[in-house]
Amino acid sequence: MEAIVLQILNGLDKGSAYALIALGLTLIFGTLGVVNFAHGALFMIGAFCAVTLSKILTLSHVVIDATKKDFLGNPLKVEVPYIYDFLGESAGNVVIDWAVPLSILFAIPVMILIGFIMERGLIKHFYKRPHADQILVTFGLAIVMQEVIKYFYGANPIPTPAPDVFKGSFDFGAMLGFEANSIIYPYWRLVYFSFAAVIIGGVFAFLQFTTFGMVVRAGMADRETVGLLGINIDKRFTIMFGLAAAVAGLAGVMYTPINSPNYHMGMDFLVLSFVVVVVGGMGSLSGAVLAGFLLGILESFASMTVVLETLPGINQIIIYLVAIIVLLTRPRGLMGKAGVMEE
Amino acid sequence: MSIIKPTRRGVLRTGAIAGAGLAMPTIFTGSASAYMNEPTGSTVTLGFNVPQSGPYADEGADELRAYELAVEHLNGGGDGGMMNTFSSKELKGNGILGKKVEYVTGDTQTKADAARASAKSMIEKDGAIMITGGSSSGVAVAVQALCQEAGVIFMAGLTHSNDTTGKDKKANGFRHFFNSYMSGAALAPVLANAYGKDRKAYHLTADYNWGYTTEEAVRESTEAMGWETVNAVKTPLTQTDFSSYIAPVLQSDADVLVLNHYGGNMINSLTNAVQFGLRDKLVNGKNFEIIVPLYSRLMARGAGENVKGIFGSTNWHWSLQDEGSKAFVKSFGEKYGFPPSQAAHTTYCQTLLYADAAERAGTFNPCGIVEALEGFEFDGLGNGKTLYRAEDHQCFKDVLVVKGKENPTSEFDILEVVEVTPVAQVTYDANIAQMGGPDATLGDCNPGA
Repeated sequence: MEAIVLQILNGLDKGSAYALIALGLTLIFGTLGVVNFAHGALFMIGAFCAVTLSKILTLSHVVIDATKKDFLGNPLKVEVPYIYDFLGESAGNVVIDWAVPLSILFAIPVMILIGFIMERGLIKHFYKRPHADQILVTFGLAIVMQEVIKYFYGANPIPTPAPDVFKGSFDFGAMLGFEANSIIYPYWRLVYFSFAAVIIGGVFAFLQFTTFGMVVRAGMADRETVGLLGINIDKRFTIMFGLAAAVAGLAGVMYTPINSPNYHMGMDFLVLSFVVVVVGGMGSLSGAVLAGFLLGILESFASMTVVLETLPGINQIIIYLVAIIVLLTRPRGLMGKAGVMEE
Repeated sequence: MSIIKPTRRGVLRTGAIAGAGLAMPTIFTGSASAYMNEPTGSTVTLGFNVPQSGPYADEGADELRAYELAVEHLNGGGDGGMMNTFSSKELKGNGILGKKVEYVTGDTQTKADAARASAKSMIEKDGAIMITGGSSSGVAVAVQALCQEAGVIFMAGLTHSNDTTGKDKKANGFRHFFNSYMSGAALAPVLANAYGKDRKAYHLTADYNWGYTTEEAVRESTEAMGWETVNAVKTPLTQTDFSSYIAPVLQSDADVLVLNHYGGNMINSLTNAVQFGLRDKLVNGKNFEIIVPLYSRLMARGAGENVKGIFGSTNWHWSLQDEGSKAFVKSFGEKYGFPPSQAAHTTYCQTLLYADAAERAGTFNPCGIVEALEGFEFDGLGNGKTLYRAEDHQCFKDVLVVKGKENPTSEFDILEVVEVTPVAQVTYDANIAQMGGPDATLGDCNPGA
């Protein structure tokens, strides 16, 4: 029983990341009809927004400490962050400690801007082209973005820890009345899950309860008619692209304390997120979220020792296996609507 | 006048013969020289095959820096580095056997097929007389086999799997770096000392060649001193989030977690384990502990504060105070501005060892080099007295047991050496089961031509 609760919890945070990325993918697909293979790269860029902000916050000037020696025996050069000069050491440390949550504020404008540039500068020119062309160009773009990040930040993962108060874990099992230490869960993963829930709720509320959202939904259902009504749907779709980029970026920002980000992390999530979109049903936002959590949890279950002993290797194929079963029984995915990508 | 009428069968036959001729790699066709890529001009070319892209690119870059430094020193530039402290005095700074050293580089991408392709190209197109490098055991084993077939020497870079000089050893291949067995043998007594002899270990193991040999080595040596292994789970190499593997650890009654992971795997699994608060737990009345059998400073940096207090082993560390290490840190540090990694150290040593062997043999002929390196004893390259054992072409030297430093003074100061395990303690019989048993043999040296 403990093991099952534990793996459901584990699946939740992985599922949160899948759901957030898949949500963005579906938004873009539903509004612009573009299959965006660069979406994983946007997740990665978001993570590097957090890395960049913590680098900016720890930007330092060198003070020579003659009492200590460096590895060559020369006087030690101590790096003192500029922020100490402005705020003093203790306040400066607090700001540096909170770099990841602060990066949310930094990442939103950056990601929206990157989204705009991508859509207006490149993807716009591929609306009328076949899906295969769109996949090729966005995949190429993803590789370019990866290599740019690798050029500036190197290939090794860069540690970006959570604020001190969120370090460590709590005994969830003891709260539920299980034995101590049977179900432990890190604080930051709980933060991540709650954050994802808020973002997902926010996006749905935005589409459901604002006039802008209503127009976008109308555009998703029938672009031509909305255009005929005199509404500039393209402009709104560009904004949606920016929004989707921001959602992926924020998912990346908050993910950094879970796993140190490296240039390749986007690709690790991309393929799985596509499977999530397909399982959820192309063009269905709630399907994407549902499938994200479902597959995240199933993936966790598949890596349990008991499961692995009966079905070796299942942890590596479970997601694809589920995708096959879902598509065979429900060809449009869990919540897919008729008519999407079926022309 | 006769007209040659091509028949269908004739065309097919001719085509098949021509095709077979074209398909035959030039590596396997003979040439007039005595051995493969015999240098005839005033220069000799070495092939540096390192990961320049992919997840180990930073490690590859450090290896390349060390190779460039070694070439500079061999050609008489710089301050000579470890050539001054090396016990063999054959190297004079006038190249190798009077020929100026040049080099070409290849990108292994940390993939066996890409590494073979780049090594093949350096041998065939660039005339490389020796191939060296690599930052993964899968790559090292694959390239070593290629060099054996091609008839050039392979001086392995960072490869830690037992198989490189065990099950898959080759006469043309040599390894200076230590291996899984040595890590296990060096770590076990230190662990027993620090954590006691009554411990229950849980292994998470990267699902490939190196992971298996490391798990086997650590299990055997810790079980021999009384530890119990409660579980060993293989994790996919592509795994990034290890939470679903880490979370069940506490349910298993284990009080030690051994992470047989390297590179990105190690960074992520260790970060996840610390996140789950394993190290704050008390199990069976003891503090829960984590062990990382193979440490790399470059990689440990990615795990940040999480490495503090965690035991592991390493081939070499820049803080060593012997003359060789000091000379190497000085020339590397002055040229590049930061201390060298263990990957840089082993590749620099391998280049010098190859050059010295050629000088002593008086030839670049691979069989001459093999003879010169087999059973060669040396000192002054940073690891104390070292033997290149003839039976398996593995270097035997002291092994460093290290621990993540509690109070690092700089971004390079991540590990501290807690014990230098004497070579006698990590020496094994070349025929033991972990090394492939008596069936594993070096075979004969292959000069290529």
